[in-house]
Amino acid sequence: MRDKMIGSLKEALKVMGLADGMTLSFHHHLRNGDAVLNGTLDAAFSLGVSGLTVAASSIFPVHAPLVEHIRKGTVSRLEVNYMSGPVADFVSRGGIAEPVIFRTHGGRPRSIESGELPIDIAVVAAPSADGRGNLTGTKGPSACGSLGYAMADARCAKRVLAVTDNPVDRVAPASIDQSLVDAVVTVDSIGDPAGIVSGTTRMPRDPVALVMARYAAMAIKASGLLADGVSFQTGAGGASLAAASYLRDMMRDLGVVGSFGMGGITSHMVRFLREGLVKRLYDVQCFDLEAVKSIAEDERHVEVSASLYASPGTKGPLVDDLDVVILGATEIDLDFNVNVHTDSSGRIIGGSGGHSDTAAGAKLAVVVAPLVRSRLPIVVDRVTTVSTPGDTVDLLVTERGIAVNPRRPELREALDRAGLPVMSIRELREIALSITGVPRSSRPKGRTVGIVEYRDGSLIDRISEVS
Amino acid sequence: MKRRRSLLFVPGNNPGMVANAGVFGADGVIFDLEDAVAQDQKDGARILVRNALAVLPMKGCERIVRINSMDRPIWLEDLEAVVAGGADSIMLPKAQSRAEMEELDRALSDAEKRVGREEGALDVIALVETPTGVENSGDIATARRVSGMLLGAEDLTAALGVPRTVDGEEISYARGRMVMAAKAAGIDAIDTPFTDTDDMEGLVKDVLFARSIGFDGKALISPRHVEAVNRAFTPTDGEMEWARAVVRALEEGERAGKGAVSVGGKMVDAPVAARARKTLAMRGEA
Repeated sequence: MRDKMIGSLKEALKVMGLADGMTLSFHHHLRNGDAVLNGTLDAAFSLGVSGLTVAASSIFPVHAPLVEHIRKGTVSRLEVNYMSGPVADFVSRGGIAEPVIFRTHGGRPRSIESGELPIDIAVVAAPSADGRGNLTGTKGPSACGSLGYAMADARCAKRVLAVTDNPVDRVAPASIDQSLVDAVVTVDSIGDPAGIVSGTTRMPRDPVALVMARYAAMAIKASGLLADGVSFQTGAGGASLAAASYLRDMMRDLGVVGSFGMGGITSHMVRFLREGLVKRLYDVQCFDLEAVKSIAEDERHVEVSASLYASPGTKGPLVDDLDVVILGATEIDLDFNVNVHTDSSGRIIGGSGGHSDTAAGAKLAVVVAPLVRSRLPIVVDRVTTVSTPGDTVDLLVTERGIAVNPRRPELREALDRAGLPVMSIRELREIALSITGVPRSSRPKGRTVGIVEYRDGSLIDRISEVS
Repeated sequence: MKRRRSLLFVPGNNPGMVANAGVFGADGVIFDLEDAVAQDQKDGARILVRNALAVLPMKGCERIVRINSMDRPIWLEDLEAVVAGGADSIMLPKAQSRAEMEELDRALSDAEKRVGREEGALDVIALVETPTGVENSGDIATARRVSGMLLGAEDLTAALGVPRTVDGEEISYARGRMVMAAKAAGIDAIDTPFTDTDDMEGLVKDVLFARSIGFDGKALISPRHVEAVNRAFTPTDGEMEWARAVVRALEEGERAGKGAVSVGGKMVDAPVAARARKTLAMRGEA
């Protein structure tokens, strides 16, 4: 079939053979602007199917209607890398009977490619698609840049359904090519551009974030890794962006040229490329319009699959080549275990994403977090949920001091020599408590609502229902 | 030597800012109970600052409180609270005369005694921001406890009836006068804040100018200014190298029994030697 175009989502799902109990997968490149997951489940509901598993790389607040589909029985299981908003709240309160499986950005493609997570129908939101099923994310009214999180799904699912709002004559080169795609549906809109990418990711003005960022950059410099060929990943959060900005100044001053920058790509990472401070960007997800523009135009800005990015099943994912990664945390404990899944009351507010993949791969994993956030200490005796094991985390940078994992004594010496405010994580905990007092523990004790898988598929923690 | 390169103003009625005041690397924090605090929040701010002084870890950071000026009776309540809280120094706004400084000294001694702190424990920084204050700066600088003088250019230019400009020509006399009075008394001369929080270039220019005419430090209204101000008031590597060369030449000259030495073709006399030693001390080298 040269022309794979089908008139409606409902019809396409019928053609794909949608049946009770099947697994549908979705990617999160349209982030909080995504209309495809909701539209697909509405269509599935109208077909009267039930007991579906939704394997979405991430769930955002925009996916609130999913709650109703769970209540009605259309959906009975979720497998995600990250979730926030009403669906996460619903799960935390015990709204779904089956525990949600949380994976990492690398663990998800590993489990898809190994057959642990079989997908019946991969639903791929495609900002541009042609009639043969070639897809790209770089063009169209809902352009999102990279389609890295959809690639394993497209390769391994029994059936692949592309959903686009920008049918074109020919997509070449394609991010996902026609040999993988069974059908293409055109809809009015696959998403709200305002929720897909931001204009430009803005540098923070919060002075505390700037202090942490400066310490993080100084610590990276002191580690000795800031030399020619350095590779790094920074997040799109405030302190992470600011740290990247300090790093850029340092690289320029030192005349250092890095090898690659990676991860979710922002305008700030694009500047590294344009200014010749890195030779390549490996992009599994674009965060802003500058990044989308860059991936479309600059061949040094390379789209990569989540599998190549982070899967331990690929015999050498890109995360293994990382020198430095800057990460966040909602909690970190005295053993350096990090929680990014739940808040301190145990409510689900996120997920690993690439957190534990990059921490495991990078030579230097730097967690940046304020010591006190909303009156609560970030350093705790024991994290509510283990997302990333402490033996893969090297540094905790806070506004009041830096703690080095005791398994890195040489790093501690280097930071001491650089005059940085190094202290033990226990001392940081004491300082935090001297400000906040000892908070009453509110660790939830309900039934298991979430299972946290490490990147290799092993069970790392469980998330309990909150009352 | 207590350094006062950067003294950061923090509104005394903002719990978030008070809690984080010590993390920005400023040499000192000025918790403000005066202009930043609305009349109906004075009590709350006083309690917040007193408790913050008592519990917040602020290692290596001087804790200064700007109390209300002496023409308002609440200045005594402020004083009592912050002495009890454990402040290191008091900043007195609208400092105008020697008599006021002496009254403040007596009130501080009384408060210190009442709360069981050592007599004379607290320093005073005089905020000079009126024409009278500028003209009396010599008397103010030599009063007991006064260890620094800060120029307040906003109030001063308002009193002069002239606009405040980026170049600061209108405050050049006040700046010179204050520096001279402070240096004569052997206390710190602290420059007025740079108020455009986004103009980093202008800030650096302003700080370098202040340093070039003798100021020891600068007050700041934005935490984002701390790093640039500290850097500007810290000797550069080149200045340190020069200072080390001078001290080395002096030591060698002494060993060789030479009366006079020179560095880079320039004679090293007593003031040059003193400047070199001061430069080294500013970065912690003896």
